[in-house]
Amino acid sequence: MKAKQESQINHQEVNDLLENDMLLRKRRIRRGKINSAVRYAILIAVGILMLYPLVWLIGASFKTNAEIFTSIGFMPKEFDFSGYIRGWKTSTEYTFATYFANTFKIVIPKVILTVISTTVTAYGFARFKFKGKKLLFSILIATLLLPNVVLRIPQYLMYREFNWLDSYKPLVVPAAFAVDAFFVFMMIQFMKGLPKDLEEAAVIDGCNSFQVLWYILIPMLKPAMISVALFQFMWTMNDFLGPLIYISSVKKYPVSIALKMSMDASTLVQWNQTLAMSVIVLIPSLVVFFIAQKHFVDGISTTGMKG
Amino acid sequence: MAEVILKKVEKEYPNGFKAVHGIDLQIKDGEFMVFVGPSGCSKSTTLRMIAGLEDITGGEIWIGNKCVNEVPPKDRGIAMVFQNYALYPHMTAYENMAFGLKFQKTPKDEIERRVTEAADKLEITDLLKRKPKEMSGGQRQRVAVGRAIVRKPEVFLFDEPLSNLDAKLRVSMRVRINQLHRQLKEEGQPATMIYVTHDQVEAMTMGDRICVMKLGEIMQVDTPLNLYNKPANRFVAGFIGAPAMNIVKGELIKKEGRLAVKIDALELELPQEKAKKVEAYVGKNIWFGIRPEHIKSHETHSNEASNYASGNISIIEQMGNEEFVYFDIQGNQYISRLNPDRIKKLNLSEDYSFWFDMNKCHIFDFDTEENISL
Ligand SMILES: Nc1ncnc2c1ncn2[C@@H]1O[C@H](COP(=O)(O)OP(=O)(O)O)[C@@H](O)[C@H]1O
Ligand SMILES: [Mg+2]
Repeated sequence: MKAKQESQINHQEVNDLLENDMLLRKRRIRRGKINSAVRYAILIAVGILMLYPLVWLIGASFKTNAEIFTSIGFMPKEFDFSGYIRGWKTSTEYTFATYFANTFKIVIPKVILTVISTTVTAYGFARFKFKGKKLLFSILIATLLLPNVVLRIPQYLMYREFNWLDSYKPLVVPAAFAVDAFFVFMMIQFMKGLPKDLEEAAVIDGCNSFQVLWYILIPMLKPAMISVALFQFMWTMNDFLGPLIYISSVKKYPVSIALKMSMDASTLVQWNQTLAMSVIVLIPSLVVFFIAQKHFVDGISTTGMKG
Repeated sequence: MAEVILKKVEKEYPNGFKAVHGIDLQIKDGEFMVFVGPSGCSKSTTLRMIAGLEDITGGEIWIGNKCVNEVPPKDRGIAMVFQNYALYPHMTAYENMAFGLKFQKTPKDEIERRVTEAADKLEITDLLKRKPKEMSGGQRQRVAVGRAIVRKPEVFLFDEPLSNLDAKLRVSMRVRINQLHRQLKEEGQPATMIYVTHDQVEAMTMGDRICVMKLGEIMQVDTPLNLYNKPANRFVAGFIGAPAMNIVKGELIKKEGRLAVKIDALELELPQEKAKKVEAYVGKNIWFGIRPEHIKSHETHSNEASNYASGNISIIEQMGNEEFVYFDIQGNQYISRLNPDRIKKLNLSEDYSFWFDMNKCHIFDFDTEENISL
């Protein structure tokens, strides 16, 4: 008898609870909708604010030189491709194709060398014990804090001694020695987050240290390596000061310098040509970014060990 | 042939922490040896030294008539199964299992034969094309065991392989690993297995012999039954068995020519056999131990000569087929394991009379904690 009563009470309570829960959930959903509307509105507004210069740039590259300074809107009155055509030819004896090729002669080896050297260096720091490791690591971090400007002059003198001036060597070769402390640091942190069990299992399976790196770690490090490659690609593409200091012959100029050149070749700057070339220079970075982004996101979820 | 012998093995970590204090152990060929002990007692460290993943800082380890101190892991004839499975996440189950064989330069068809055979044994054939993230915990652990099997090692090393699984899976994997051990023996290629766990139920059910460890030292090595019935010291007595053995501080006294254990006002007479062994301790403090199943109800044992005591019941844990009754005698808590079908229904706070079966009790030296009543 008593038990039955109890169960009835329970029933009632459970019903109440369920109803309450429903109400709460509905309210939460409504609040969620309002929230996300506000959030998206803000995001879109900020997004437009950030992107507008880019949109204007693209629009302006199709304008005539006169129109650029007379109209505010980004839509050109009519599409004028002469900026692209003449810009590509440049005011020098080389076309922009040469400068693009030059840029890639710097960027591609630099990116590859950076990824390899930072991965190997980080592997050493993250997984091995050796004498002087602490000291070396402090030096690494110290270089991270050192402003680049300080190094310019001694570096210049050094490369002059090497007879490397007016070649791409001063821009590319350092990358083989993991000079980008930030990348090394990032890679070390990433590697420390990977479980050691896997490497131990691989050692038992018969791998030596390099095979462990190659067969086990590198597949898991992919997201980190891709981000290193991505950053290095963009930074090198945009690097202006490095080539400016070391490259003196026009034939060897990368696009960053070539662009600048188009601005002071004559007293009257052909802005539409400069802008058109700027748009073209942006394309490789954008393409690489969108390709890499997919792997970037893909890679992160592959570490899964526990169930 | 793969006997594993540890001779005065020591481990001091680079930070100066001494994890293993010179242990001696002989594991026979084809034996299933379990290392058990509370967390942090250096079970894993010892196992990893056998595997070659940690340097040995003192002593020697022998595997199959060869001192392996300087032998790299891959040449020790071992395979290891890790707690977190340690499957290579970017490889399928098949590739995971084949990976080690490739490094041994095993021919391709031989690799395929061994992997399919092992997969068959472990019922993971339909998982071979999957990657670890597409498998459940239990499936991953089976692949991990498969990866060990295909190498045909002489020694299997397991480091708490089941502790990430839920209770039910754990039981079935336990059975499977035992079957594997038996199967390998029947196939004429017996493998020595060393299995680390902190779970004494796993230890008791799986091991041919169990090595109980505490703080980097071996407390006792024996068969599961011997550990249970003849614990060498207070630590083993308390660690093996659930609920744990009752252990209380007492004094050995001689009264009217007979020896008895005196715990505050409670006096429990020792039978002749036990008395002979502990005579030298009369007048001294000792630890008195008795398993819960050896404290019985006066209802089932009503005609004994002595050793009845009345206790106040504080907790009753119903298991259905048995019940664990916690009771107090003068501030000391004891647990008794009773059969509810054969006694009346007990109530909390009730005074109830128990009988202590002193034939089955253990007496430990107060200082060294060695068992002196064996
Ligand atoms: N790399 C290490 N450096 C220093 N101390 C360690 C290291 N690994 C383990 N220890 C210590 O050694 C002891 C034993 O650890 P472990 O063998 O993992 O214990 P168990 O496996 O029995 O739980 C613990 O006290 C632990 O803190
Ligand atoms: Mg452990």
